[in-house]
Amino acid sequence: MMSDTAAMETPPPMVETIIKVEDLNFYYGSFQALRHIPLEIPKTRVTAIIGPSGCGKSTFLKVLNRMFEIIPGARAEGKVLFWGRNILSREVDPVDLRRQIGMVFQKPNPFPKSIFENVAYGLRVNGKTSNLKERVEWALRRAALWDEVKDNLHRSAFELSGGQQQRLCIARALAVEPQVLLMDEPCSALDPLATAKIEDLIDQLKREYTVVIVTHNMQQAARVSDFAAVFLTGGELVEYDETKKIFENPKDKRVEDYITGKFG
Amino acid sequence: MGLRGPKETLIRYFLFACAVTSIVILLLIVVFLFREGLPLFQEYGLGEFISGKYWYPTAEPPDFGILPLFLGSLWVTVGALLIAVPLGVGAAIYIAEVAPPQVRDLLKSLAELLAGIPSVVYGFFALVLVVPWVKDFFDLPIGKTALAASMILGVMALPTIISVAEDALTAVPKSFREASLALGATKWQTIRRVTVPAALSGISTAVILGAGRAVGETMTVLMVSGMSPIIPRTFLQPVRPMTATIAAEIGEAVWGGVHYHALFAIGIALFLFSFAINLIADWISQRYREVE
Ligand SMILES: Nc1ncnc2c1ncn2[C@@H]1O[C@H](COP(=O)(O)OP(=O)(O)O)[C@@H](O)[C@H]1O
Ligand SMILES: [Mg+2]
Repeated sequence: MMSDTAAMETPPPMVETIIKVEDLNFYYGSFQALRHIPLEIPKTRVTAIIGPSGCGKSTFLKVLNRMFEIIPGARAEGKVLFWGRNILSREVDPVDLRRQIGMVFQKPNPFPKSIFENVAYGLRVNGKTSNLKERVEWALRRAALWDEVKDNLHRSAFELSGGQQQRLCIARALAVEPQVLLMDEPCSALDPLATAKIEDLIDQLKREYTVVIVTHNMQQAARVSDFAAVFLTGGELVEYDETKKIFENPKDKRVEDYITGKFG
Repeated sequence: MGLRGPKETLIRYFLFACAVTSIVILLLIVVFLFREGLPLFQEYGLGEFISGKYWYPTAEPPDFGILPLFLGSLWVTVGALLIAVPLGVGAAIYIAEVAPPQVRDLLKSLAELLAGIPSVVYGFFALVLVVPWVKDFFDLPIGKTALAASMILGVMALPTIISVAEDALTAVPKSFREASLALGATKWQTIRRVTVPAALSGISTAVILGAGRAVGETMTVLMVSGMSPIIPRTFLQPVRPMTATIAAEIGEAVWGGVHYHALFAIGIALFLFSFAINLIADWISQRYREVE
């Protein structure tokens, strides 16, 4: 198939690979949502997953931290090598994996707890309860939220604005000190100002973390990402390259159409 | 619109009338309860009624101390909850969070079936199985005890507790569970630290409704509680709960006499007891809602 040839030409990024996906197929029952995906995700860079709605972007993220396992009938085939180890294998404990590969969801989903307890949650379930206050403060600072909430740590997280809630969710994920942060359209429920703050934050975070961000907003992908993978309907990866090259000089005609808005 | 207008107004008035009628009927019952119960205190002291340790309504002079009856109700209710809360909440967690879909449906319909059994059947079952078991197991002269009543009341409260608690757990948004799992929490940690706390106001409502079921239950306790108006010291003694007392004595009390008024006064006490339980339930759910 044409898309396969395109995908095979995936250029190896010029930096260290942290996650290497090989021939990933994914099924919801009998429905195949991802087809033969190869992808090398570079360490401490922002990789954007873009493509039209329903092409399997969220599904792809859910494979990387094995969150798909909570969906009945969902099944992944192939390899996802995280530091060379296949995380799809039975020997890998998804609980351990998720402590290293954190996730931020499309809609901010803080717990019905205080701001402090939201951030402390991952630490508590990990048994990292020494210096809890310091760790919470550190995470809130990393998520650029500390100054806004430092006097209200014991107020309900639900009192925060949508953008603040999303940064709280990022702080909550960072508190566990993951290496990779998966973000599924983290700004789709936010206004432009809150979106800009999250984008700035992503720019900060990539110095220390590997970020994989799903977005269907082309400008956003262009602004925040170093690499971009374009998925198209049917669950295929059609092109993967440095973001600049994808936007300036796409190899695949369908990608060009998609980016220029003729499709999707 | 023009055609629908008057019809809608009519429906609105009809529904309003239904609401008002129901509330008025309920109020009338409460008024009646107080009108028939309060005259007791013209002939018998309120203090003696509340703190009196003896209930001998047909003695000469009669004793109308409600304490043994109240404590009888309290003991069987607390006993029932000690059994039904861990079992019922545990079952609800299993059904809502752990069970595969087919098992979940099966268990839910079984719980509903349990709710449909008339209380006299429970009483009969307890009389034939639970009472002899309690007698033999604890080597007692009689098996009709607070324990036997608690056990069967606990079973009777289960369906309410299971279904209300299960609804509360199911209503917890999926996004909370996902967030917890994605942070590296185990399924059990997620249940204990996120799902159950988020459902806590609903779960406490379930417990209170179960308590209400146990407090108000009459037929079963009449059959298995032993009906001795003594102040219970252990669960292995017979008790005479308030509901069963009213049911057992109303037939023999002279209409409009002191005994008759005393039984209505028990009714007032029961009413206040249930009312207090509901207030506690509201208070608890309020407290847990604060953080949300
Ligand atoms: N839980 C599910 N069960 C069955 N099919 C699903 C489920 N989630 C997603 N899908 C299907 O898989 C495809 C990819 O979905 P998704 O990964 O959510 O796409 P995207 O995030 O790119 O919009 C879609 O066709 C969608 O209908
Ligand atoms: Mg999606």
